[in-house]
Amino acid sequence: MNVLELTGLLAVVAVAAGLLGALTGLGGGVVITPAMVLLLGIDLHYAMGAALMSVIATSSGAAAAYVREGFSNIRIGMFLEIATTIGAVCGATLAAIVSPAFLGVVFGVVLLHSAWVSTRGHPAARAGQTADRLAEKLRMNGSFPTPEGQRSYQVSHVKTGFGLMFVAGAVSGLLGIGSGALKVVAMDRAMRIPFKVSTTTSNFMIGVTAAASAGIYLGRGYIDPGLTMPVVLGVLGGSILGARILPGAPTKTLRLIFAVVVAVLAIEMIYSALTGKL
Amino acid sequence: MSTHVGRRAPLTDKQVDEIIGVLLRYGVLSAASVVAAGGIWYLIQYGTSAPGYQVFRSEPEYLRHVKGIVTGVPGFHCRRMIQLGLTLLIATPVARVAFSVVAFILQRDRAYVVITLIVLSVLLFSLTGR
Repeated sequence: MNVLELTGLLAVVAVAAGLLGALTGLGGGVVITPAMVLLLGIDLHYAMGAALMSVIATSSGAAAAYVREGFSNIRIGMFLEIATTIGAVCGATLAAIVSPAFLGVVFGVVLLHSAWVSTRGHPAARAGQTADRLAEKLRMNGSFPTPEGQRSYQVSHVKTGFGLMFVAGAVSGLLGIGSGALKVVAMDRAMRIPFKVSTTTSNFMIGVTAAASAGIYLGRGYIDPGLTMPVVLGVLGGSILGARILPGAPTKTLRLIFAVVVAVLAIEMIYSALTGKL
Repeated sequence: MSTHVGRRAPLTDKQVDEIIGVLLRYGVLSAASVVAAGGIWYLIQYGTSAPGYQVFRSEPEYLRHVKGIVTGVPGFHCRRMIQLGLTLLIATPVARVAFSVVAFILQRDRAYVVITLIVLSVLLFSLTGR
């Protein structure tokens, strides 16, 4: 296989990952790394570097659209980014110290979690939320547009959410992924933020979190231009295409397909790690 | 919405959102264009050679930090051009945070000026502190 053929293969895998990621709302970054490692035999660190760059591209591209629609809450995002960026720097530093086998096992576990999250629907909106003093002080409570006009919401358990976001950031830096699934769990389950707001704000934060890891990855030489080029452009192209065809897509079936693909990759990843193939 | 945004505040939250949207869009667009142009150049030059990504060997020194990529000594070539595009990509969210600092200063929102400055310094530490 020469460079041209490898670039073509990477681009095809990246477009598919970006497409599925956009259609299921989970992002393509999480499947691109195992696909590169398991299918194409690329070193884990190079794959993580390329995937991390694609995460910045898709998150920034999507956030551009969401921010203007008025769903994402920039204040919540900015406050939690303190936790995710510090977490990311810690995680990215750790990635160079731990063994590839350890990374592989953690990656597999995170993939299984993503697969599980993707099969579950949106949690129902909860009424009668308790007010959080910190949320009030930092003016995090906001509103978002619905067909029936603006709907306001309150934010709960800010400290728990902050702690969980540190973990999400660390996982993101450790594995070179966006860890959107973890971020949504923190905002959705702990802070009780409405689904539409938590997903778009999470997306908004992913780019900044990934940029914090990117500096470290760049310095360690994980980001190879020749390898990253088709991955970034492919995932970006796939996700733009996905967003276009999203309104008419059978999302329920797609989510199930995505979950199965991710689960298979997860088991393969753990198996490869434990048998010393990474 | 913010109660601090009084008559004297020159920027509303909605305007800030719109500027951030434009910033992110053009950041990604310009980064992707540079990466694509460098990529075509790279494929023309190295398309038929053998790739070697099975074993991690890191990157040459000057491709591992922003200063080296922008002002690198070994001359301008395709791999450096792609890396320059990727640097633009990393710079996009950083620019977004930097703009937020300015926006919160204009809105006289002291708490968020501090919060945003912390995020910005973590980002700059990661990009410069090696």
